[in-house]
Amino acid sequence: MHTHVFARLARSVARANGMPTTRQAFVPQPVVGRSTEELRAYVDGEDPVNGGPFMQHVIEGLTNPLQDEDLAGMSFDRSAPRLLDPDTEESLQQRFAEERWTDFLPVVLPTEERVAQMLAGTSRALDEVVGRMRPTAFREFWEFTVEKVAVNAVMAGARPEYLPVILAAMASGMTARSSSTTSFSTIAMVNGPIRDEIGMNSGIGAFGPYNHANATIGRAYSMASQNLQGGSTPGETYMGSQGNSYAYSAAFAENEERSPWTPFHVQHGFDADTSTVSLFLGGWYTQFGTIRDDTWKERFRGQLAACDPFIGPIVALDPLAANKLVEYGFDTRENLVDWLAESSLRPAREYWDNQWMQTLVRPWAVLGQEPFATYLKAEPDEPVQTFRPQDISVVVVGGETGGTYKLIAGALRDSIVSIDDWR
Amino acid sequence: MPEKLTVHDPRGFPPQVAGKPLAPRLQSLDGRTLYLVDCLFDNSDAFVDQLHAWFTEHMPGVEIKRIAPRESWVDDPEMCAAIQQDGDAAVLAVGL
Repeated sequence: MHTHVFARLARSVARANGMPTTRQAFVPQPVVGRSTEELRAYVDGEDPVNGGPFMQHVIEGLTNPLQDEDLAGMSFDRSAPRLLDPDTEESLQQRFAEERWTDFLPVVLPTEERVAQMLAGTSRALDEVVGRMRPTAFREFWEFTVEKVAVNAVMAGARPEYLPVILAAMASGMTARSSSTTSFSTIAMVNGPIRDEIGMNSGIGAFGPYNHANATIGRAYSMASQNLQGGSTPGETYMGSQGNSYAYSAAFAENEERSPWTPFHVQHGFDADTSTVSLFLGGWYTQFGTIRDDTWKERFRGQLAACDPFIGPIVALDPLAANKLVEYGFDTRENLVDWLAESSLRPAREYWDNQWMQTLVRPWAVLGQEPFATYLKAEPDEPVQTFRPQDISVVVVGGETGGTYKLIAGALRDSIVSIDDWR
Repeated sequence: MPEKLTVHDPRGFPPQVAGKPLAPRLQSLDGRTLYLVDCLFDNSDAFVDQLHAWFTEHMPGVEIKRIAPRESWVDDPEMCAAIQQDGDAAVLAVGL
């Protein structure tokens, strides 16, 4: 049983599992937030996709005799050719857009010559498998090689020297084009020597369209995720209700040189001389702030209370803001993370009154997993700590034109990857 | 005549799809055990309540059992084994 807006997706998943005739019945969207009476009306009402009474489809789905096609299932091969049939540039641009292989901005067509040039950016063999990816846990994994990543890097306008960063991001298996209804994006941050080697921007405008490497690495990661995981098509392999502009391109470098703390990747166990890309799943919210002597604590507390409880923030500090916080006593990044976590308080009823806390976290609480189990027993107005230290990432980025910071939804999921392995 | 270009296909490699038969159907639900599987989406338990109520009112001869996986979006072999052991049929409900 599904809600009607997922009809195309549900049928696509059934087909991809070799059972295209799986019996499916549909009720109207949404179920979330609907009352007992409204849900009963769904059960008693019509199936908005199949037509006719909803329960008739349920009963018939369980009892009607199977046909030959039900017993056979469907076997098929979706393999694509390595090269497309030759065509004019105009026709190919049109085809790439119509097939949804682009982000609807012009792409560089991946000719054999351009892809060969891109592959010079890595020592890895073109047919080496880089990894597997899928847009959501409900779909099948697709596999991809070094050459396939290079093809998408060409399309995004990247240069060969960026390829190891793009390969590392794709090797993480974390998609930049999640299908989630919440409109996830994935934000990539680069640390280590490669930042300077390829000219990434960690200063003025690092989050914006002011640097070729930042812009095209983020775009390549997004485009490769889309094309190598089996698509990102609205209604089928993409269900983000509002979408996310971070999904066009979201890559930057940490400003290690102006940071008062050890680099982010060193905090997480890598050597300073290792280059890494850290991938943060999120992008749901972005908040802005400046550090003011009198009210900085209250401001952080209010902003942490405004963050969605399911995804902790990347706290992206301009070096001026970071150094100000050092003056306040946060001599290490870890100390600041701990204080932010302890300050992320909200009433238990607000913590739990959230679709994803109910769907994904509440089952952990019921199983006794802490701290969620304790939070579930809390009185409605009792304050609970929204984020654990591991849910918060403090990074330093910016050009010191203002003591500003951003809180951007972003969760690490074992997703700091060595770039050097892909050189 | 514009020049024709040869370009790479940008798509990844999908898994081969092997057809699977649907589970045998029942001739009737009467006297049978039907599992209602709550998929744990927000408010799906309330929807399954109403599904359960419908069967109680309209098909009292069907024995209804409620079950849910331990975690959302994670396969639960114990739940599947329980359904296979003493269930005749199951429906999964419901998405968002």
